Amino acid sequence: MPEALLAVRELEAFYGDFQALFGVSVEVARGEAVAVIGANGAGKSTLLKSIAGLLRARSDAITFAGEPIGGLPAYAVAARGIALVPEGRGLFPSLSVEENLLIGGQLGRPGAWTLRRIYELFPALGQRRKLPSTALSGGQQQMAALGRALMANPQLLLCDEISLGLAPIVVREIYARLPAVRAEGTAIVLVEQDVVQALAASFRVYCLQEGRVALSGAAKDLTREAIAAAYFGV
Amino acid sequence: MEWINVILQGVLVGGLYAMFAAGLSLIFGVMRLVNIAHGDLIVLSAYVALVVAQTLGIGPLTALIIVVPVMAMIGYALQWFVLNRTLGDDLLPPLLVTFGLSVIIQNGLLTVFTADSVKLQAGPIEVATIRLAEGLYVGVLPLLQFAVAVAVIAGLQLIFYRTAIGRAFRATADEPAVAQLMGLDNRHVFALAMALSLAVVAIASVFLAVRANFDPSQGPARLIFGFEAVIIGGLGSLWGTLAGGLILGVAQAVGAHLDPGWQILAGHIAFLIVLAARPQGLFPKVRT
Repeated sequence: MPEALLAVRELEAFYGDFQALFGVSVEVARGEAVAVIGANGAGKSTLLKSIAGLLRARSDAITFAGEPIGGLPAYAVAARGIALVPEGRGLFPSLSVEENLLIGGQLGRPGAWTLRRIYELFPALGQRRKLPSTALSGGQQQMAALGRALMANPQLLLCDEISLGLAPIVVREIYARLPAVRAEGTAIVLVEQDVVQALAASFRVYCLQEGRVALSGAAKDLTREAIAAAYFGV
Repeated sequence: MEWINVILQGVLVGGLYAMFAAGLSLIFGVMRLVNIAHGDLIVLSAYVALVVAQTLGIGPLTALIIVVPVMAMIGYALQWFVLNRTLGDDLLPPLLVTFGLSVIIQNGLLTVFTADSVKLQAGPIEVATIRLAEGLYVGVLPLLQFAVAVAVIAGLQLIFYRTAIGRAFRATADEPAVAQLMGLDNRHVFALAMALSLAVVAIASVFLAVRANFDPSQGPARLIFGFEAVIIGGLGSLWGTLAGGLILGVAQAVGAHLDPGWQILAGHIAFLIVLAARPQGLFPKVRT
């Protein structure tokens, strides 16, 4: 069994007194695409935020490339090679499109992703590079947020609901770029409410329900009924 | 010609006010921190320059080589150990802490240096003048001070809009949590911003110290001028801060020419007029 790139073991997460995750365990291998699906409030974003260091986790609960990273602040986690595309994109409004991409590469980690390659992947961004990031459409903003995360040349890319608020055709356009990301050896975790896209793009899927893993397995092996049952908790 | 001279003097001193204001504006822009101790830090820096110049027997402008890094390091440490702890959603804690800092600095300086007013000597440059035209003379030092002010503002503009650290400042100001995802440690970014602010303070303080007498109580007045320049110019714009400083300087010069007792008042009246007519300032950066 090859050692997992990311291993989350019995992760608990709290917002104040409210417990959002109850002993969640997830594994991602190098270069693998894994989907985390679930209804609103299931704990999907909480899981990503805990991995990324935005939420405090127990130190041994999260291991990355063999090292425990639980409890590290977000900037330290980013330095280890994990990039989060946050929910709602989180582009910097004071920065232009190009500056948003450049700051994604702030850490200067060498790799396949350069400004030129990002513009090749997303030509719409190249055409609007000097514009303020607020001038982009929703789909273009999502591309910019994705591009910004790629500029860090991460080993693990965490995508928090990249389909949120976008028209289906735009979502398909963005998902069509993900194979190029995986081709560079980057592992991807896709948190999605859009189950169809997420399953089509991933090898394995975890379904969260009220802070617990209700179902996990290879995407092609799980039946629609099993997924629906796990998703809705029926 | 007389009025041209007055306006010119106002413009030149406006450069100094712009330098006072630039550090203040920078800090508010990056971390929403209103530094009540800003004026006192200018005075502290002037005393540091005094000690350096007298101990080493060098001129004040040469002393800048030491004073600027020293003040930058003080700024980094101040932000890292004290002010970073006050930052949050509430604007009040930094206000209170910097107010306390202002009191501590003033009294500390009073204890060490007494209330005697002092001045940095710069030598013959202090009285040197250049003749621009018939009846129009300008002091070399005020001209240098103005040129340095423009250079400082241009330099800050360059840093903020053309360098990686400037991007980091702007991004952290926009979204501190997302900036962390880029690998930026907010504590370090804020500390660097404060270091930069105090480096500008150091430059301004040397010109202040050479220009006129100073004593430990002068801080609050400098803070007021800095505030007024920032607000007249418009929050968020560094060139606006320069314009604000110039307008304040010219208003004061015009007021002083009409009656020496009206100098400070004229500046405050100009400030009030701008605040009443255009509260967002003359050149605010509009964020969409």
